[in-house]
Amino acid sequence: MIPSAFEYHAPTSVAEAISLLGQHGDEAKILAGGHSLLPAMKLGLAAPGVLIDITKIAELRGVVINGNVNIGSLTTWAAIAQHEGLRRVLPVLGEAVSQIGDLQVRNRGTLGGALAHADPAADAPALTLALDAAIRVHGPKGERTIAAVDFFTDMLSTALEPDELLTAIIFRPLGAGEGAAYVKFPHPATRYAIVGVAAYIKLNGTHVSACRIGVTGAGAKAERQNDVEQAMLGGDGGDEALATASLRAGEGMDILGDIHASEDYRRAMVKVYTKRALAAAVARARG
Amino acid sequence: MTTITVTVNGTPYTRTVEPRTLLVHFLREQLNLTGTHIGCDTSQCGACVVHINGESVKSCTTLAIQCDGATITTIEGLAQNGQLHPLQEGFWEKHGLQCGFCTPGMIMAAADLLQQNPDPTDDEIRHGLEGNLCRCTGYENIVRAVRYAADKINTVAAD
Repeated sequence: MIPSAFEYHAPTSVAEAISLLGQHGDEAKILAGGHSLLPAMKLGLAAPGVLIDITKIAELRGVVINGNVNIGSLTTWAAIAQHEGLRRVLPVLGEAVSQIGDLQVRNRGTLGGALAHADPAADAPALTLALDAAIRVHGPKGERTIAAVDFFTDMLSTALEPDELLTAIIFRPLGAGEGAAYVKFPHPATRYAIVGVAAYIKLNGTHVSACRIGVTGAGAKAERQNDVEQAMLGGDGGDEALATASLRAGEGMDILGDIHASEDYRRAMVKVYTKRALAAAVARARG
Repeated sequence: MTTITVTVNGTPYTRTVEPRTLLVHFLREQLNLTGTHIGCDTSQCGACVVHINGESVKSCTTLAIQCDGATITTIEGLAQNGQLHPLQEGFWEKHGLQCGFCTPGMIMAAADLLQQNPDPTDDEIRHGLEGNLCRCTGYENIVRAVRYAADKINTVAAD
């Protein structure tokens, strides 16, 4: 049993969930897949007075591919990994989410839940940064869209207001000349990223015309790697270009050390995994 | 307290629960189904895996109240008419256990794996069971047990 008691609500619409958030304010937490929140509550690290279980809100679940790729916030990792359409238009998503936790975690954990929780070692934040995803949220004043690059503000902190609900994540499908990849060094027990890197590459002929990199696991929050991205632009994406650019990975980043990996080791791994992610993205962009 | 109705191993149960009751405690303490084990309690070991509406989940990381209306299968529900499930038979035949503590979760996770992938390679079995920890021994015989079950299910299906 969870040590501290709480009040439980299971709304069936977004409007009802937002109204409950408004009523209960800071006391309330949203429960989606529960695979970050419930463990935290069991350990006494979180003790919300009110849980708003959104898993009965059917409209938050599912993938729609219609020009853009719109993924409902409550869509599980398993549903994303198994989605045929996503495998065609954005295969990097399946590749990345299949590396999350284990089968049972993927059956419950959700994309929206992971982004709203913003665990510093979660995989999805790095992906949304590299793929320049838009994050749609609904609040009492209506809906707004936040660019992934503006969404993660600090450890476990996001641009979501306390009375807002994350409802969808919007990605752009990749076309010819574009490629993306996610590689990670997983913690052997939890499968969280000790370092995880997502990379996106666009080629104009043989030259890199766009590059975005998202790094997770290394610091307090997932971050872009602007220096590396700049260094890649205009280059041919060959071995030498990758080696030079990836040496700049982690520059200016506040990298954290813990019992699993020291700060120096993580800094070295950020460079190694950035190079691997870029190499895979370039290869895919070349087709 | 809230009243919930769940169907567990084919039998409907209506019980009152506190919202903070975890599914694993509900199964063990309110329904006396103690085949589902509590291992790490931190969502990592997989000893508590059950199926909710056909999907394997960690019952230590699910609230009982969320399962109102759900169909649940636990290890006690796998054998049919006194016949062991092919996975249970496989763990027996291939010595897939030593102390047996992890076995119910291993089997329930493997059952989900075989639903999704009826003919997995050894690598796919290992990947599919990465959410289940065994602290007695290695995983060799567990992989062999799942392989045995897959072969048996596929042979029966082909007949």
